[in-house]
Amino acid sequence: MKTLNILLVGVGGQGTILASKILAEVAMMQGLDVKMSEIHGMAQRGGSVVTQVRMGEKIYGPVIDEGEADFIVAFEKLEALRWIHYLRPGGVVVVNNQQIDPMTVITGQFVYPPEILDTLLERADDVNILDALQLAREAGSAKTVNVVLLGALARKMEIPKEDWHEAIRRTVAPAFLALNMAAFSAGLKEA
Amino acid sequence: MKQLLTGNEAIARGAYEYGVAVATAYPGTPSTEILENVSKYKEIKAQWSPNEKVAMEVAAGSSLAGARTLVAMKHVGVNVAADPLFTMSYAGVNGGLVLVSADDPGMHSSQNEQDNRYYAPFSKIPMLEPSDSQEAKDFVGLAEQLSEDFDVPVLLRITTRISHSKTIVELGLPMERLVKPYTKDMRKNVMIPAHARQKRILLEERQRRLKEYSEITPLNRIEWQDKKIGVITSGISYQYVKEALPGASVLKLGFTWPLPSKLIQDFAREVQTLYVIEENEPYLEDHIKALGLEVQGKALFPIMGELSTAIIRRALNLTPYRAPLSPATVPTRPPVLCPGCPHRAVFYVLKQLRLIVTGDIGCYTLGALSPLDSMDTCICMGASLPMAQGFEKAHPELAEKTVAVIGDSTFAHSGLTGLMDIVYNQGTATVLILDNSTTAMTGHQEHPGTGKSLSGETTPQIDIAALCRAIGVSRTFVVDPFEMDGLKDLLKREVATREPSVIVARRPCALIVKQTTEALAVDATKCVGCKMCGRIGCPAISFVDKKSHINSSLCIGCGLCVGLCKFGAIAKEVRS
Repeated sequence: MKTLNILLVGVGGQGTILASKILAEVAMMQGLDVKMSEIHGMAQRGGSVVTQVRMGEKIYGPVIDEGEADFIVAFEKLEALRWIHYLRPGGVVVVNNQQIDPMTVITGQFVYPPEILDTLLERADDVNILDALQLAREAGSAKTVNVVLLGALARKMEIPKEDWHEAIRRTVAPAFLALNMAAFSAGLKEA
Repeated sequence: MKQLLTGNEAIARGAYEYGVAVATAYPGTPSTEILENVSKYKEIKAQWSPNEKVAMEVAAGSSLAGARTLVAMKHVGVNVAADPLFTMSYAGVNGGLVLVSADDPGMHSSQNEQDNRYYAPFSKIPMLEPSDSQEAKDFVGLAEQLSEDFDVPVLLRITTRISHSKTIVELGLPMERLVKPYTKDMRKNVMIPAHARQKRILLEERQRRLKEYSEITPLNRIEWQDKKIGVITSGISYQYVKEALPGASVLKLGFTWPLPSKLIQDFAREVQTLYVIEENEPYLEDHIKALGLEVQGKALFPIMGELSTAIIRRALNLTPYRAPLSPATVPTRPPVLCPGCPHRAVFYVLKQLRLIVTGDIGCYTLGALSPLDSMDTCICMGASLPMAQGFEKAHPELAEKTVAVIGDSTFAHSGLTGLMDIVYNQGTATVLILDNSTTAMTGHQEHPGTGKSLSGETTPQIDIAALCRAIGVSRTFVVDPFEMDGLKDLLKREVATREPSVIVARRPCALIVKQTTEALAVDATKCVGCKMCGRIGCPAISFVDKKSHINSSLCIGCGLCVGLCKFGAIAKEVRS
C-alpha cells in the first residue's frame, strides 16, 4: 500500500494527542510501519498544535511536508486554513466547525477570517464539515470532540470499523469506553 | 513484542533493559519524559534534581560508586552541567555513565538553537546519535557498555524529532542490574593538578583507541546503492536523506565522536558526488573538509531550523512529488497563559505599574506577549535576579523601577546564588517569585519546593520564604496574586524601599488544581464593549459584535475579570 500521511491540527488542549494515539494503534493493527510526531512544551499552551501520523510499508521521516498530506483533521477551522497547503491534490479535509479566537484576534491585531469554510471548499475537493463540539455533547461529553473527528476520518479511510473499535478499547480508560464509542459512531455517521 | 514508543520512552526502556540503576534529570523540553518514564520502572532509582549540574553530579557519584547511571537534560541544561562533565571526562567511570542531551532544532520550546554535538570533542567524550526510537533504546545499552569499556562518560545526543516521534520498537528482557563494588582510588577520582596532568595524557591515548573503535563499530555503516551520489549523515537527518534520495549511497554515522576518518575517506573515494546532510551546524562537514575531501554541505543546506525531506529535495533540485499550494494568510496563534493562570494577575499589575521586568524561563515568560507585554529580558534559567542587580549597578536610579520575576522551580534551579549576590553586594532589587507549586511549562514536574518526589512520595518541602529570609532578605512577603490591589500596593512600596525584598506570589497552577467553580458569563445588557476585560489576555474572553463574550468551555471561573469590569457585567452563568 502507498504511504498515508495524516495531519491532526488544532489548538493546544483540544485532545489531538489521544486522537493520534488511537490512529497509531489502528495503523499498527494493519501491520503497517508507523511514525508519529508531535511538539510539546511552550507551543502547547493554547497555541497552534500539530500531530503528524505516517503509515505505510516503510516509513523514514516522521514529519509530513507541504503538499504531502492525504488527510487533514482540523479540530478548529482557523487551524484547517493554516495547514491547508499541506494537503495533496485530491486529499481529504475533516474540519470541526468551531471557532476559537487566537490572542492576536482577541487583542484586535488581526481579524478572524469570516469565510474560512468557503476558502477550504475552494482549495480542496473533499471537505467534510461537522459540528464536532455539538456531536460530542450529544454523545455525552464535550471532551470527546477528538473521537468524534476520528469517526469522521474513519469514514474516509479503508480500515475496518472493528479495528477502530478495538483501537479505542486499547487506548481509552474502561470508564470512558462507552462514551468514546458513542462519540466515534456520531462522527462516523455525520461525515 | 513490538511497541510504538517515543524516543524518550525508548531511552527509558533502554535504561531498564541495560542495567541502569540510577537516573537523574532536571525537566526541560524535549527531554522531560525520559525520567518520567524511567520512574515507572521501580527497579531504577530515579530522581529530579534541582538543576542539571546537580543531576550530573549525583550521576557522577553513583557512577564512580559503581552503578550504571543515566542523566538526561535539554541542550541548554548541558551548559549548566558542563563543569562536572568536563572533569568527569578525566576521572572516567566505574559503573557506566551516559549523558542524554536533547537538542531543540527550530527552537520549538527553547531560547536558543545550540548544536550540542560540539560538546563531545570539547569534553573529549564519545558520542552516539540514534535515528529512531529503536536505535535510541539500543544505543543506551551500547553507550553504557562503551562507557565501562573505555572508562569515560558517553554523550547520547538526540533532537526533538527523536524525543517526540513515536516509532516501532522491539522490546527485550532486562539484564541483571548489578552495582559494582566501590574501591577508593585517589589517582583516578581526585582531580588535583598532579593527578589531572597524568589523566590528561591518558585522555589522548583513550581518544586514539576510541577513534580506532569508530572505524570498526557497526554503528557507522555504509548502505551502498548507486555511487553517483554519496551522502554522509547522522541522527534524524538520516531519515530525511533516505526519503529524499532513495537511490543514493549513504554513510550512516551512529558513533559521531571521534569520527571514523578512514571510513569517511573510503566512502568518499567510491562516490562521484559527495554530500554531507546534517541539521544545524556543519559539525560533520568541517571534519570531512579537514580530511581534504571535496564535499557539499552548508553551501546547499540550511544552518538553522529543522531539516526535512522537502528541504533536501529543494536544495538538490529533485522533482517534488507535487508542487505544494501556497499557504493561506491566517492570524498567528501564539501560546498563551491558560484560563485561570495565577501569573496573569501578576503581569497585569506589572504592566499597570510600568516596571522594568528582568524575566526568567517558564510559563510566565509568556507574560512578554501581547496584551500583557511585561518583560524586558529573558536569557537563561535564574538570570532574572542577577540581571536586576546589573540594571541597578548600571543605572542606580532604575532600582526603583525594576523587578526580577522568577518561578518557584526556576528559583530552586538557580535563583539562590543570584539572591545571595543581591544581598551580599548591597543591592535593593525587588524579586517576585511566582510560586505555582510545580514545574508547569514542561508538564507539571515536582521540585524541592513541592514536597513530592519524582515517584510521588512525600518528601521534605523547602520553605521558599524562610530560605529567602535566611539568606538575609528580611523584607520577604507571601501574597495571593489574585488579590491584585494588595499586590500592587506592596510592589509600589517595595520597589521604592532601599533594601532587597522578595514577594512570593503563591497560587497553584490552574491545571493542577481541580476546577471548583462554574464558568462565568457576560450580561450583554450591562456590557458596554469597553474591552477592559480583554486587557488581561485571557483566551476564554473574546469580543463578538463589539461585546465581551466568555467561552464557557475554556473559562474555569477564576474571577479575575469580574473585578476589572466597572459595569458589573461579568458574573456566574445563570442556568435556567
